[in-house]
Amino acid sequence: MTEISMVVNGKSVKADVPDNTLLVSFIRENLRLTGTHVGCDTSQCGACVVHVDGKAVKSCTTLAVSVQGADVTTIEGLANGDLHPMQAAFKENHGLQCGFCTPGMIMSATDMVARYDAEGKKLDEAAIRDELEGNICRCTGYHNIVKAIADGASKMTNA
Amino acid sequence: MSEGIGASVRRKEDKRFITGKGKYTDDIKQENQAYAAFVRSSHAHAIVKNIDASEAEAMDGVVAVLNGHQLTADGIGNIIAGWAITSKDGSAMNMGAWSALCTEKVRYVGDAIAIVIADTQEIARNAAETVMVEFDILPAVVSPEKTLESGSPQIHENAPNNQIYDWEIGDEAATDAGLASATHITEMEIVNNRLAPNPMEPRAAIAIYDDAEEHYTLYTTSQNPHVARLLLSAFYSVAPEHKLRVIAPDVGGGFGSKIYVYPEEIACLWASMKTGRSVKWTSDRSEAFLTDAHGRDHVTKAKMGFDANGKIVGFKVDTIANIGAYMSLFSSVTPTYLYATLLSGQYDMPAIHGNVRAVYTNTAPVDAYRGAGRPEATYLVERMMDTAALEMGVDPAELRRKNFIQSFPYQTQVIMNYDSGDFPGCMDKAQAAADIAGFAARKASSASRGKLRGIGYSSFIEACGIAPSAAVGSLGCGVGLWESAEVRVNPVGTIEILTGSHSHGQSHETTFAQLANDRFGVPIDSVQIVHGDTDKVQFGMGTYGSRSGPVGMNAIVKALDKVEAKVKKIAAHVLEASEDDIVIEAGEVKIAGTDKKMAWHEVGLAAYTAHNLPEGMEPGLKEGAFYDPINFSFPSATLICEVEVDPETGVTDIVQFTTADDFGVIINPMVVEGQVHGGLAQGIGQAMLENVVYDDSGQLLTGSYMDYAMPRADDLPSFTIEHNNVPSPSNPLGLKGCGEAGAIGAPPAVINAICNAIGNNNLSMPATPSKVWAALQEVSAQQAAE
Repeated sequence: MTEISMVVNGKSVKADVPDNTLLVSFIRENLRLTGTHVGCDTSQCGACVVHVDGKAVKSCTTLAVSVQGADVTTIEGLANGDLHPMQAAFKENHGLQCGFCTPGMIMSATDMVARYDAEGKKLDEAAIRDELEGNICRCTGYHNIVKAIADGASKMTNA
Repeated sequence: MSEGIGASVRRKEDKRFITGKGKYTDDIKQENQAYAAFVRSSHAHAIVKNIDASEAEAMDGVVAVLNGHQLTADGIGNIIAGWAITSKDGSAMNMGAWSALCTEKVRYVGDAIAIVIADTQEIARNAAETVMVEFDILPAVVSPEKTLESGSPQIHENAPNNQIYDWEIGDEAATDAGLASATHITEMEIVNNRLAPNPMEPRAAIAIYDDAEEHYTLYTTSQNPHVARLLLSAFYSVAPEHKLRVIAPDVGGGFGSKIYVYPEEIACLWASMKTGRSVKWTSDRSEAFLTDAHGRDHVTKAKMGFDANGKIVGFKVDTIANIGAYMSLFSSVTPTYLYATLLSGQYDMPAIHGNVRAVYTNTAPVDAYRGAGRPEATYLVERMMDTAALEMGVDPAELRRKNFIQSFPYQTQVIMNYDSGDFPGCMDKAQAAADIAGFAARKASSASRGKLRGIGYSSFIEACGIAPSAAVGSLGCGVGLWESAEVRVNPVGTIEILTGSHSHGQSHETTFAQLANDRFGVPIDSVQIVHGDTDKVQFGMGTYGSRSGPVGMNAIVKALDKVEAKVKKIAAHVLEASEDDIVIEAGEVKIAGTDKKMAWHEVGLAAYTAHNLPEGMEPGLKEGAFYDPINFSFPSATLICEVEVDPETGVTDIVQFTTADDFGVIINPMVVEGQVHGGLAQGIGQAMLENVVYDDSGQLLTGSYMDYAMPRADDLPSFTIEHNNVPSPSNPLGLKGCGEAGAIGAPPAVINAICNAIGNNNLSMPATPSKVWAALQEVSAQQAAE
C-alpha cells in the first residue's frame, strides 16, 4: 500500500492504495468519478483519457502512484461553469451517440487544441483525424466528432 | 425554432454524457458489492473431466465458486433460440443444449465453466485463474465448410455432421429454368467475413437478490430489458417474472450484441441468490471478443442469369451459415428470414431460389449484428451485379437501372412485399452528388500521380420495422414483434412518454419527444422519455432491426391519438363547443376560428381535478397503446464509393463516399444522418479492416484491439448524405428506419470500387493493403503472360 495525494478537479485527495492500482480505478472506484470509462484492455480505445498536469494520458495504463502530487482533470472537472466550449461543440454537432467514448474524446480534443495552439499549427480535418488515432468510437463514424472538434477548437481559441 | 417532425433538434440526452454524468451499468455500485469472474475454457472442444476449485475457495476474499452441476441442480434452464426454423424435408432444427455453465463438455474458447464470487474484482479474477479444470481435449473445427464434412468432430450429439438445418426459400425449378434460358450467367463464390460487434461499453451486469422479498433486480447492458426478463423467468427459471426487475440504464452501444441474454447474466442472478451478495460482473475487451455474439460468417455459391437484354432471369443461392458453438437467440432467423428474403434486392427477379445450411463450429456463437442477414444478402447481390456488368461489358449503374423495380407494391419471389420506393431516383441523386460525370477526369488525375482510382456502387433494400406479429409467428418466431407505449400528461401539463424501445445511442430521448411537440406544440423540454426499466414501463419488445422508429414511434403515435381525443373531449366540454371544432396548436387548445381557448396545462389540470368533466369520463390523462405493424418497412439507397489505391503498397484511400437514402419520413435529420455515418463506418470496417480469425484449433487470434482492426478516424472520409424519401404507406408516421442502412449498404460499394480501381475482381473482405497488393500482382503477372 502507498499513500497517494493529488489534486483532482481542483480538490486535494488522499488515499492508501495498493501499488498496482491503476489511475482509472482510483478515479472510478475510490473517487467515484465514473465519467472516465474503460473500453478496452490494451490502451487502444481512449475512453479513459484524463489530463495529468495539463496533458492527455490514458488512465487505464497509468499507475495511480506514478502521478503522485499531480494535478488531474477528468471530464467532470473540465468545465469552468456550465459547459466547456468543446463539450458544447460535441452537443451542437451531434458528436456523440451512446456517449461511452465521449469523455475520452473530449479530453483528447481539448488536449490536441491546446497543443496545436501552443505550437502555432493548424488543426484541420486531416490533423484532427490523425490526432484521433488513440480514440475509438463505434457509433458516429467520426464524421460529427471531427466537425465537433473543429468547431470546439475555434470556440476555444475565440473564448 | 421548430421542435417537431423534421427538425434537427439538438439532443436532450447529451448533457449527462458530455459532462461525464451518464450512468452505465459499471458505474453503479451496491452496498456490500461482490464481484464475479468466470472460469472459461481455454480449449475449443474438450470434455470437462474435473473442476478443482479448492485453491480458489481457500483464498481470502473469495465468497464462492459455483459450477454448472450446481446450476443445473437448481433447475436453471438451458439457453434458447427464439425462432424455430424447419428444414426443407420438414424436420425440426437440430438444436444442441447450451447451459450457462458447462458441465460435460466445452465447445469454444471462452465457454463459461464456473463463476467465482469475491470481495473485489481483482480477487475474483485471480481466484478464477487458480481453478484447475481437467480437460480431455477433442479435435475442433472452425470452418463452416469443413464442419459439414464426414469425419469432422461432432459438436452436439443431436446435430449429425454439425448441421442445424437445411432450409430453402423460393422456387428451385423455376430458377433452374430461368438460368437455363439465360444468355449470360455470372457465377461467384462469396465469403461474408466474421465480425465482432464491439460496442464501446463492454457487457456488464449487477444482480441483486433481496432475500426478504424473494425479489431479484438485474442491471444489465441490454437492448431489450423486458425480453431479458421474459427469458430469465419463463425459460431460464432464474426468478418468476413478477419477482424480477430488469434495468438497462445508459447503455454504450449494442449493434445487436446486447439483444441476447448471455450465460453471465444468468449466472450472476443465480449466484446472487446463492451467496446473498449483490454480484457485479464487467466484461473486459478480451472477454468481449471471446464471448459477445459475433456477426456474419457466410460462405455462398451463387448463380445469376441474364437474358440478351441484360434482364435478370434467375438467381440461385447456396449458403452455409456459421452459427458457432451454440444457437444464440436470433441465430436461426438471421441467415434465413432476415437474409434470403432480401435476395431480390432492388431488382425485378422472376425466379429466385435460396438454400441455407446452418452449421455448428467450435467458435463463439454468431447472431444478429447491425443489419443481421441483410448485409449478407446485399453484399451477395451487389457483388453479383457489378461482376455481371464487368463480364457483360456494360455500365454497372445501367445494369442496375435496367433491372430496378419500378412500381409498388411489388411482390418478390422470396416472401417480401415491398410497399414503396424510388430506386431510380436514389441512383440519380447519388450519381449527381458523386459527380459521376467528372469521374474520368479524376481518374486521369490520379493516374498522373501514379494512383489507381475506382468507383463502386451498391443499391440495396432492407426490411426493417420488425415485424407483423402474426406473420413472424407463422414463420417460427417465438414472440410477437409489436411495441408498446404510454403517454402520461401530468396535472401541470408536462408529459412522460414510456416506451418499450430502448435507446443506447439512437437519441430516443429527443426524437420521441419531438412527436409530442409535433402533436401538441409543447416544448420538448417538458417531455420526458422513460425507458429501460421493467418496473416503470409496461412490457415492450426493445430495440433492434431498425424498429424503434417504424414500430416504437408508431406505438407512441397511437397513444398520442388517444390522448388527443380525450383532450378534445375535455376542452369541448369546458369551452362548451363541439369536439369537432377543437384544435390543438402551439400548446393551446382552441375552438377553431374563435379566441376561446384553454392553455395546454389547464386541460391537464381539468383532467386531474375532475371537477368539470364530461358525464361518465374517467379522471386523469394517461393513455397506452400497443402497435403491431402491418408490414415490414423497406428503406433503400444507392451508395457510391470512390477510392484511390496506391499500387506500390496496396493502401486504399476512400476519397469520396456518397449515399442517397430513402428512409420515408424523417423525424430528426441530424440524428438520421448520424445513424448513417455510424453504419457506414461499420460497413467500411467490414470491407477494409475487420475480421475475426480463429486458427484451426479454435484459438481466437483477433482477441484485442491490437489484432482486430477497428475503424479509426483516419481510416474514414467525411460522408455525403442525400435524401430521396418516399413515405412508407404501411405505418401512420410513414417511417422506414435508418439504424442499419450504412452497415448494410457500404461493403459491396467499397469492394466494387477497389476491384474497379485495380482491374481485378478477385478480392475478398477485408480488403487489407496486403490483399489489394497481392491482387495487383495477379494483374501484373497476367499482363506479363499476355
